[in-house]
Amino acid sequence: MNSAFLAAENLVKTYTSRRGPFSTATAVRAVDRVSLSLARATTLGIVGESGSGKSTTGRLVLGLEQPTEGTVSFDGNRMPQEKTNEWRGLRARMQLVYQDPLAALDRRLTVGVQIGEPLQIHAMGSAEERKARVAELMKAVGLRADQAERYPHELSGGQRQRVVIARAIACNPELLVCDEAVSALDVSIQAQVVNLLRDLQEERGIAMIFISHDLKVVRNISDRVAVMYLGRIVEEASSDEIFRRPLHPYTQALVSSVPVAGTALKQRIILQGEPPNPAARPTGCAFHPRCRHAIARCRSETPELLSIETGRSVACHLMGSAPITEASGRTM
Amino acid sequence: MTDTPFAPGTVTTEKSGQERLPSLVVIALLWIAAMIIIAFTADFIRPYDITAFDLKNRLAPPGNAAHLLGTDELGRDVLSRLIESIRISLLIAFGSTLISAFVGTFLGFLAAHFRGIVEQVVLMLADFQAALPFLILSLAVLAFFGNSVLLLTCLMGFYGWERYARITRGLAISANAQGYAAAVTQLGAKPSRIYLRHILPNIASTLIVSMTLTFPEIILLESSLSFLGLGVQPPMTSLGNMVGYGREYLTTAPWIMLAPALIIMFTTLSISILGDWLRDQLDPTIR
Repeated sequence: MNSAFLAAENLVKTYTSRRGPFSTATAVRAVDRVSLSLARATTLGIVGESGSGKSTTGRLVLGLEQPTEGTVSFDGNRMPQEKTNEWRGLRARMQLVYQDPLAALDRRLTVGVQIGEPLQIHAMGSAEERKARVAELMKAVGLRADQAERYPHELSGGQRQRVVIARAIACNPELLVCDEAVSALDVSIQAQVVNLLRDLQEERGIAMIFISHDLKVVRNISDRVAVMYLGRIVEEASSDEIFRRPLHPYTQALVSSVPVAGTALKQRIILQGEPPNPAARPTGCAFHPRCRHAIARCRSETPELLSIETGRSVACHLMGSAPITEASGRTM
Repeated sequence: MTDTPFAPGTVTTEKSGQERLPSLVVIALLWIAAMIIIAFTADFIRPYDITAFDLKNRLAPPGNAAHLLGTDELGRDVLSRLIESIRISLLIAFGSTLISAFVGTFLGFLAAHFRGIVEQVVLMLADFQAALPFLILSLAVLAFFGNSVLLLTCLMGFYGWERYARITRGLAISANAQGYAAAVTQLGAKPSRIYLRHILPNIASTLIVSMTLTFPEIILLESSLSFLGLGVQPPMTSLGNMVGYGREYLTTAPWIMLAPALIIMFTTLSISILGDWLRDQLDPTIR
């Protein structure tokens, strides 16, 4: 397995925020020591609630933002400095699919022009070839040829999302980061877009990072899944494993909320307490105020992300001794 | 967005409405076209030379056999002078509006792109420009450097640039921070492409409206300067210059002043109507 295709080492992104003109700036760690690696033709799902640093992680690995600490390497090379020519050239090989397609599209240009724009920017092919390529792309994402003359506002949400995807794959990128790419779509279109992305991956061998808060979709599309909580990865495993046997208490809570067809949602774990605030990170394990299994050590000591089985790592103090089971959860 | 592009009924009515121009816009267009034609052909359609005296026919009222719009205190033909004035005033107003739009937009883009010190300098200059009474500045410049039509045009090109700079900077920063410009940056586009091909067309409607506001102001400013004797110098003539001289004969020969005043009014009104219509046309989401 060529695991070094995309590798992120100990990424940290700190934002400073200031409440008022006289208060001192507080540093917010949006992403805290995140390491990822991704092989060609595989998909990594990143899940977590709002503010967990999923999108920032996506932007960091694409080089759209500079990490405060840590490095990103793409295909064996270090990510170049932002907005240099080298960085611009690399954009042809990695693309981002946006959450909000209406905001990501220029409302004054027809979608055909916009789909062909990456080709124009990276000077790929003649005008004729580009036109043919746009037609091909539109067909690939399931848009009609006559819709090339439409403006973004004249299309439906699902069609706009396809336009954004068509634009993202125009240059045959090797890495695609989908940031909540289907969250705004209704379920039937979600399935279409997910299938489209899967087909594209099979056809072209794209490495994909799929960021979402929707576990059903992530489960459907990902080979591996990383769960993030307050800027950290708390659990990482293959998609099947993590949904079949979640180990981290937070993952357990997330997975228990996904309905399974044919069974009643009975063992639902409802999380207590406040949603996390990155500006006021709890001491020790960030999840301890909401964790049912928290012990004294969780309050004082931050758990490291440790590999517990092959291809599976968890950041939880309870993992070292005995795995948390539903039974032990209920006795507490 | 009030339109529903998927309802066939609305689409057809919109289509037919789109092809026919509103009559007010047609009138405005015709007026501006007439003004431009007059400006270009002034030398040929002018019945007399602008300095030709007809001393026997001084202060002749309009409708005079030889002078359609009458004559002024020196017996010069008002129509001929009006035609020449339209040419000079339009030249100055168009030239200045374009210069100020170009300079302001360019500085606004610079500020938005580089931020930091460049932005601070641009904003400082804009504040300086806004705080300084422009008339005083023009008086100083014209008093020192004398005047010519070229100097006057360039000078008035600095009128109102700070508005474009501020609008452009604000809109470009917000576009860069999120949305389409960020998306195009992410595609690997160079700044020139982002600013000229994406941001400029998107903010053009705002800039055009701003231009239609500046244009009449520049005509009026030129009129004020000429009125004060620092604008276009006699024997050359401009609309403001004519109004200035005509003022003295307001009670006895109002046509000397009213003719150029009406031209100023109709031209600025037409530009405003046209700008309003153009803004809607340039926006595909409103059509």
